[in-house]
Amino acid sequence: MRQLPVIVSRELGSYFATPLAYIFILIFLVLSGLFTFYLGGFYERGQADLSAFFDFHPWLYLFLIPALAMRLWAEERKSGSIELLMTLPITRFEVVTGKFLAAWLFAGMSLLLTFPMVLTVNYLGEPDNGIIVAAYLGSWLLAGAFLAIGSCMSALAKNQVIAFILTVTACFLFIVSGLPMVLDAFNWAPQWLIDAVASLSFPVRFSSLGKGIIDVRDVLYFLSLIVAWLAATAVVIDLKKAV
Amino acid sequence: MDRSMIELMNLTKVFATRRVVNDLSFSVQPGEVLGFLGPNGAGKSTTMKMLTGFLEPDSGTARIMGYDIRTQTRKVQQLMGYLAEGAPCYGDMSVRGFLTFIAEIRGFRKAACQQRLNEVVERLELEPVLDQSIDTLSKGFRRRVGLAQAIIHDPKVLILDEPTDGLDPNQKYQVRQLIRGLSKDKIVIISTHILEEVTAVCTRAVIISEGKLVADGTPLELESRSRYHQAVTLVTGTPLDEAALLALPGVSGLEQNPLEHSLTLLAEPGAVIYPQISALVSERGWKIREMDVERGRLDDVFRSLTRGDSL
Repeated sequence: MRQLPVIVSRELGSYFATPLAYIFILIFLVLSGLFTFYLGGFYERGQADLSAFFDFHPWLYLFLIPALAMRLWAEERKSGSIELLMTLPITRFEVVTGKFLAAWLFAGMSLLLTFPMVLTVNYLGEPDNGIIVAAYLGSWLLAGAFLAIGSCMSALAKNQVIAFILTVTACFLFIVSGLPMVLDAFNWAPQWLIDAVASLSFPVRFSSLGKGIIDVRDVLYFLSLIVAWLAATAVVIDLKKAV
Repeated sequence: MDRSMIELMNLTKVFATRRVVNDLSFSVQPGEVLGFLGPNGAGKSTTMKMLTGFLEPDSGTARIMGYDIRTQTRKVQQLMGYLAEGAPCYGDMSVRGFLTFIAEIRGFRKAACQQRLNEVVERLELEPVLDQSIDTLSKGFRRRVGLAQAIIHDPKVLILDEPTDGLDPNQKYQVRQLIRGLSKDKIVIISTHILEEVTAVCTRAVIISEGKLVADGTPLELESRSRYHQAVTLVTGTPLDEAALLALPGVSGLEQNPLEHSLTLLAEPGAVIYPQISALVSERGWKIREMDVERGRLDDVFRSLTRGDSL
């Protein structure tokens, strides 16, 4: 466990060693602003809350998070540095978790940089800041779940573009699994299966956090999803090292 | 169980249906610099990847200083420095950042970490590029960074996969000097297909072909298995009496080298033919520009062992 911070700080540093970090943050901030004010109708709604901002996060993350996650393992494998990393005296757990945590912290940092939204809404009205904090937490958990899926897909593919497409697809399935068009396709299935599919949906879980309700079950849902996908990442890396 | 050596025990790795490493067993003693030879695809890198814990053997195992590579991988990796083929590293990091990262992973913190860094930087002369990103370095410097990374914790066991591949002669010389300068109680395994390297740095050579051990001995012993062992080469401008040379006791054959205007006389196994030839030359009054006795040609032994030709 002592080596975990070493891995996290190296990974985090590597984001800022290339333009990647700055471009990501810039695009994230611009897009989240556009979505809030134009698609979300922040002013038109006339309400002192940030739901216009948070409601689009699942869709924003759908393309931005896979771009962040695709390099996690694909790049290590392509440059051969995976051989260096895996022959250092560290555990699989430390490597997989360390890489993920760095990406998650980076996503959290980008999220915190949206603080002008909070200032704006506080300037314009009197929002419930407790709800906003819960929504931020929910958004961060959502980003973590997307990243964990992306980590696994990146471990599967040597090519970053393939990793990106696989991640977008997998995340998309998690987003739409609560929508009627998917659930209707399951109308032949028993009710418990439909409920199970619906309960996997990111937006359903996310919107309850967005309303300020921190339900332990929702938090556990995201955390267990992260753990499961990271475990899958470790397995995939062990299986595919040789290739 | 010996706590000071490396023992490979029936080490085997199968890719698809091909046995890339096939029942490989040998051991390496402390102080030995082992040249690990074989043609491309013979299983050298795969063997090294198993020893360093990157790949898991399909059967058999190896013990490094008494630790099993399958069950005590972490222990093994602590003892070991490894330079993988092509010296992979994190190209976007600076040399300082990268080496500090490796030292920290190896458990050195603060002052100890700084001290280890200073030591390898001095040893590999990395000072001028310390704050450059690794991507911008020349091949020679990159390789030195790879070596620095491998020796930063002063490991008992050093495994180097083609450390001089792609370097210019000066850089090769530097790397060899470095390997020779390592302290004497270490075990060093170097894979290579550059045979001059073996005579230059190794105390022992192991040749594998198609995943199997085909020869094991000191470079001298291996050279003596060459058909050129004790062969005598005469460089001359004028034609010589070949029949008289062939008739000398111990001479088994003769090869013409028209390009160099020279003749090579082969010796029967175990025979020494230099004195007879020298006597004949002075008796006939031949004008000889050069006369060499060969120790044997390692590349010749290598070729015949790895292609299955007779010696």
